[in-house]
Amino acid sequence: MEDQDKILSDVTQGEYKYGFVTDIETDIIEKGLNEDVIRLISAKKEEPEFMLNFRLEAYRRWLKMKMPNWAYLKVPAIDFQAISYYAAPKNKAKYDSLDEVDPELLETFNKLGIPLEEQKQLAGVAVDAVIDSVSVKTTFKETLAEKGIIFCSFSEAVKEHPELVQKYLGQAVPVADNYFAALNSAVFSDGSFCYIPKGVRCPMELSTYFRINAANTGQFERTLIVADDDSYVSYLEGCTAPMRDENQLHAAVVEIIALDRAEVKYSTVQNWYPGDKNGKGGIYNFVTKRGVCRGVSSKISWTQVETGSAITWKYPSCILMGDNSVGEFNSVAVTNNHQQADTGSKMIHIGKNTKSTIISKGISAGKSDNSYRGLVKILPGAKNSRNFSQCDSLLLNDTCGAHTFPYIEVGNKSSVVEHEATTSKIGEDQIFYCNQRGIDTEMAIGMIVNGYAKEVLNKLPMEFAVEAQKLLQISLEGSVG
Amino acid sequence: MLSIKDLYVSVEGMEILKGINLEVKPGEVHAIMGPNGSGKSTLANVLAGKEEYEVTSGSVLFDGEDLLEKAPEDRAKDGLFLSFQYPVEIPGVPMVNFLKSAVNEHRKHKGEKELTAGEFLKLMREKMDMVDMHPNLTNRSVNEGFSGGEKKKNEIFQMALLEPRLAILDETDSGLDIDALKTVANGVNALRSPERSAIVVTHYQRLLDYIVPDFVHILYKGKIVKTAGKELALELEEKGYDWIKTDN
Repeated sequence: MEDQDKILSDVTQGEYKYGFVTDIETDIIEKGLNEDVIRLISAKKEEPEFMLNFRLEAYRRWLKMKMPNWAYLKVPAIDFQAISYYAAPKNKAKYDSLDEVDPELLETFNKLGIPLEEQKQLAGVAVDAVIDSVSVKTTFKETLAEKGIIFCSFSEAVKEHPELVQKYLGQAVPVADNYFAALNSAVFSDGSFCYIPKGVRCPMELSTYFRINAANTGQFERTLIVADDDSYVSYLEGCTAPMRDENQLHAAVVEIIALDRAEVKYSTVQNWYPGDKNGKGGIYNFVTKRGVCRGVSSKISWTQVETGSAITWKYPSCILMGDNSVGEFNSVAVTNNHQQADTGSKMIHIGKNTKSTIISKGISAGKSDNSYRGLVKILPGAKNSRNFSQCDSLLLNDTCGAHTFPYIEVGNKSSVVEHEATTSKIGEDQIFYCNQRGIDTEMAIGMIVNGYAKEVLNKLPMEFAVEAQKLLQISLEGSVG
Repeated sequence: MLSIKDLYVSVEGMEILKGINLEVKPGEVHAIMGPNGSGKSTLANVLAGKEEYEVTSGSVLFDGEDLLEKAPEDRAKDGLFLSFQYPVEIPGVPMVNFLKSAVNEHRKHKGEKELTAGEFLKLMREKMDMVDMHPNLTNRSVNEGFSGGEKKKNEIFQMALLEPRLAILDETDSGLDIDALKTVANGVNALRSPERSAIVVTHYQRLLDYIVPDFVHILYKGKIVKTAGKELALELEEKGYDWIKTDN
């Protein structure tokens, strides 16, 4: 309660506070995309051949693909030749200790509220920070290593644990899964890799912070999490970007593999720059996230709070292969001004007695459009499976839109699928009631929206929940009317 | 304290209040009675600052300041409290958080230090006893799943926490059984002081057995048609509203 109140009183500025640019030298390659660029990226990263082949195959397949147009989004044409596919803070690509990291860069992370220094000393969260395309620093590596946990940048994993990368890369999201996943597979520059060995419960939250800094670049990071038998990990992802007038592309891929009885919780607070009030600028967030519950009784849960990006196209999904496996998707998506979001989940039931839950809370304000799109598919062999979906939409005014596109396919008679949906407008009576108790309208909306989204926010780890509540409030400021 | 002069108010183009004059001095309790549709709730809501009510002419001074110019939250923080006829539910927002924010907004306004969680809980427990609120209620979401009586008690509980200088009770007695009515009245009486005033809007006389007013006004067709002491309520009870209607 203390925290909540602090947040509510702390937050008075409605502007995007992460919009600064860090002045560091950047190693950036020429704009444009062709096989040479891909070879160059692979060479810069000193990758083994299997990686180059993976990239080239993805690129060749991508060339034959078309940008998807089924989402409820107006996406301006993207000129893929006008983007630079690799940008890295100059200096050594990796650092042995924090002392070697560019002080400007450390300052950036401090501004973002990620005190790497501090975090290294205090127990808490292990952070892998990815700026532009390169992973800058991973904290807590030694502590984790004692338990046999591997948590490092993707490029490091390629060098040090090629066998694991080769075994699991592309297992949840195949090379040419979709247009943006294929693009990512071809050009991804870095990201995080995490492996939890058999029987290990990861003692701390693992966290990745993504930051786009350089102009005219895209960010294509890739995260791969493998949870071996009987292991557990909770993983957090946060993202911010400077305010720029042009749009920037972010096309990430996250893959999760959960083996027998393993559990992975993946939480995201997405706060990419959403563009200004008139819809100028902002990040195009085209992300593919998928987890495979490959083992029996394994569990993957996605929790996301989406407040940023000009356009969001994202469907964190679970493929429930193992018998008795469980998939969860909990989402709060906020759109304001001219933001557009088409987001939801796919739950594919393959194993017997598999269970999935989808809770989606959309909040629309300004002139934005907010869509839920979800697929629940129960295959004939997935006997006695269950899904429960609840999709709620909250409208803050008359100029925004909320849409729901649920798809349900049930292939056997022993399974049960439930779907509930509601749409409501924020009550002027509720706001007036708060006003009459001395609570101003902005604060009232913050409270009401947080109350509405509580079910999902409660699923987030504590620190993230606090940040998420703050974000909900900020992103809706000035949206009343 | 409160001075209403020749107040005209419309809702969606329809004139509801047609020239209200009312003076409330510190320490006074005024009852406003009248048949349904006479404009009682409109008066309560317009004083609290509800948006859809349009003041077409007249003035309202609260402590010498123009009340109508102020935002609803500022009126509240200046010490004006409305006990809602229909308290609003806010799902997912715990009563405790809601009330702590409200109390601290008031304190900030007065230049007082905000209460910590511990201090607030202590204050809350104290006030809860006063209106016989079940402790469980404060863990629930604002008014969600409260019975009619609980909602009304909750309004008085909030009033006790915020200690307003002018409390407006909009049909707080409607839908209450006699025990709840007494509890509500006790809560209101406990707050009576030479500095605090109240406007009690009610349809029935029975609440006034427990909250004894200094003045009773009868509102009919948007005008105060009769003003007298507490005995007027009894007379009205006896003769019914038809007595007023035939006179006017």
